[in-house]
This record gives sequence, C-alpha cells and structure tokens, in this order.
Amino acid sequence: MIDLDFLAPYDVSPVTLMAFALTLLGYGYALPRLSPDERPGRLRVFTFVIGVMLCYVVMQTRFDYYAQYMFFIHRGQHLILHHIGPFLIALSNPLPILRFWHARVSPAGRRWLRPFAVAYRIVQHPVVAPVLFVGLIYFWLWPPVHFDAMLSRQLYWTMNWSMLIDGLLFWWLMFDPRSPATTAALGHGKRILILAVVAIPQMILGASIVFSRGMVYDVYEVCGRAWPMAPETDQLLGGLLTWIPPAMMSILGILLLLRRAMHADEQPAIRSAIAEGNTP
Amino acid sequence: MSHPLRALLVLVLALAGCSDPGPDWHGKDIRNLMPDLAFTLTDARGQSVTADQTAGKIRLLYFGYTSCPDVCPTTLADLRQAVRALPETTRDDIVTLFVSVDPERDSPERLASYVRFFGDNVIGMTGSLTELRDLTRRYRTTFGYDEPDEHGNYDVSHSSAVYVFDRSGEARLLLRPNSMPPGQIRDDLEQLAREQPPS
Repeated sequence: MIDLDFLAPYDVSPVTLMAFALTLLGYGYALPRLSPDERPGRLRVFTFVIGVMLCYVVMQTRFDYYAQYMFFIHRGQHLILHHIGPFLIALSNPLPILRFWHARVSPAGRRWLRPFAVAYRIVQHPVVAPVLFVGLIYFWLWPPVHFDAMLSRQLYWTMNWSMLIDGLLFWWLMFDPRSPATTAALGHGKRILILAVVAIPQMILGASIVFSRGMVYDVYEVCGRAWPMAPETDQLLGGLLTWIPPAMMSILGILLLLRRAMHADEQPAIRSAIAEGNTP
Repeated sequence: MSHPLRALLVLVLALAGCSDPGPDWHGKDIRNLMPDLAFTLTDARGQSVTADQTAGKIRLLYFGYTSCPDVCPTTLADLRQAVRALPETTRDDIVTLFVSVDPERDSPERLASYVRFFGDNVIGMTGSLTELRDLTRRYRTTFGYDEPDEHGNYDVSHSSAVYVFDRSGEARLLLRPNSMPPGQIRDDLEQLAREQPPS
C-alpha cells in the first residue's frame, strides 16, 4: 500500500506547486487543440508527463525531506532534476505545445519576452551551455556553498530550481528535434561532442568524492541524518551517484543522437539512389 | 522562495566571496541564512514558553534528549564551561535553550532535573511531535528514533550543532562543540555580547 503521507510536501513551496500545475495544465489544454499531424502521440505525452512528475516528486513530497538530510539522496534528487527529468521532457519534444502558446502571446507580451530570448541565445551557445551545465554541479557541490545551501531555505530552493532550469536548457539543446541542415539548431556532431565533454568533469568530481578520505560534506553531520547511516557510506553512495549515472546519461544521449544522425545521413542517400533509378 | 531577490543577493555575495567582511568567528556565521528565533513549546514546569520571554539575551538553541548517552551531556557541559569562563556581567546575558526531541520519555519533571545539572541559565523545553517537527524544519535539522531494545530504550538521532541567536533574536552562529574547544565558544559568545550591549 502506498503511504499517502509520503505524497505530502515536506516543505511547501507555492512557486513550485504553481509552476508544475501550470506546466501540466498548459500541456493538457494545448494537446487536444493541436492539429492531428503535429499532436504528440501517446508515447511522447507519457514521456513528458513522467519527466515532469519525477521532478515534482523529488521537490514536493517526502523525498525532499530525505534529500535534505541524506547526502546520497540529495545526489539522487539532483540526478533527476538535472539529468533524468529534463532528459525525458526534452526527448518528448514539447515543441508543438510551445508553438501553440507562443502563437497566443500578444505583440506587447512578445516585446516583454525579448530580453529572455536574448538570454536564451547566450546560455544556449555551444560553449556556454556545457560550461554552465558542469559549472552548476561544481558550484553547488563546492563544500562551503553546499553547506550554506543546506542551511538556508532560500538558497536550497534556488539551488534546486537552478538545476532543473539548467537541465531543461541543456537537454533541450541536445535533443532539439529541428534539423541542423535546415534550421539554426546545433549540428549532431557538436551535440555528441558536448555530451562526451560534459561527462568527463562529472566523472572526475564523482570519483573524487568516492575516493576522498575525510568528510567533504559535513553539513549532514551537523543537521542530523534522516536515519542512522555511517557518514562514509552516505558520502560514498553520493559520490557514486555523481559519477556513474550522469556518465551513463551522456552515453545514452550520444547513442540517441547517433541514431538520429544515421537516419539523417540515409535520407539524402535514399533520395539520390531513387533519382539515379536504383531501388535501395 | 518568499524573497527571491534576497536569495539572489545572498547568492551573489556567496559568489563574490565577500559576504560581510565583519568580525571573524570560530563558529559558522549563519547571519541571513536562517530565520529569527521563534517557537512555542512547553517548559520544564509544564507551561507554555516562547522566544519572546528570553528576548534581550543571547540564546543558544540545542536539540537533544535526556537519555542521550554522550553527545548531549558533553555539549551542555562544554556550553556551561564556556559560559562560566565569561566575565560575570556577561554570564547572565546568555541562556541555553535545550529542546528535547523525545517528548515520549522526557516529562517536564525529568527535563527539570536534567537541565538543573547544567547550570541556572538552561531552560529545558519540549513539545508535541508536530511542534518539534515544525521547529526542526525551521532550522533545517531533523531527528529520528531507532528501534527500541528489549528494555524499551532507544537512540534518538538529532543535530549536533548549537544555534546562536543574538539579543534581537537574529540567527548568528552555528557552533559545533564536538569539533570546537569551549575556549573558542567563549570567545565567540563574548564577541557577540560586546557587539550588542544589553539595553
């Protein structure tokens, strides 16, 4: 039986509740109003909802309590907020929904959005995006900053939201479905390169936590753990979660992009073959 | 995020590494990181107690339980030693608030006899589990209970830190007595008392 208490938020964040409600409502409203040829199929809708719900669960249920008082669960929380959740959301290609809402923004609203468009182009630059992606992980895991973030409610929420937003930006840059051949979207080669490059510093950071002898993150000692666990075990598990799953996410992303690049390569080949009168 | 701007400011200061070039502390400076002192609990006489009743004093907030085998008595003894080393005029300006997170076993009488052992300026208090959860969440700490043994005894996990609030109730320092000699605690308390003379 599911423990219903588990579903209640540990620390209610109205901003977070509102953001998730608006996202799901906005998606659900647009979906039946899209033309059938651009409406996402069941699998894509499912992927999107799972991605959103995963992020919700780690932010607004009892999971958040454990994430505040156990280092390795905190690392699991960031794995979902920065990697798995945004990965699924970007993979589900919510572009038609975004276009639907963008078409309904008034000209005045568009002027208001213009600074955001400029900021978006800056953070999605192929050099800035990976630096930001890895930089945020390093920043929040820098021991003095991590200590403060776990003590201050405001910093804690800033940390989690910054990870989620950056995760969405990064994985969207990776999985943007628009063809690099016909649009300004990033080329597949560059995307694969970025995924490989960001994996390395994450592996170094994770491994350095795993193999560190002393306690790097002692805030969990100060604040009490959710249940009695040896601090070394907690830190070891947290290090492993920083090291291995993110590297696997990079590899998974590379495989998906290779598949997409292969399809893109085959299409002109098929076309030219047909043009020459040969059946492929 | 009730004050996103303030959060951003704290973040920027943290980034710049210049968060207040003020005095050096042995403990961890938690100014602007944690909320002001506020609680409504039950004291060792079974009466309601709030933070306002000790306003104007420097308050040391510590979570523990009276059956605690080592950490709590050591910490309370260290605090007593640090306070005793202060000038006599400052001593009475400092109050230790001992919050038991084990209300099941810590009755008011038990709390009273326990805190008496650690000096006059120690106030023992506890509350319902909901009250205690609210207070520990406010100061971003937690507590938990182990499985009881055959005699019904059980361990309680709790914060090992002491939260220091100044005379106006603002959160100022996080002391970690298990890695900090009483002399350093004394220095920090004296510095804090000097900073805001009693009104």
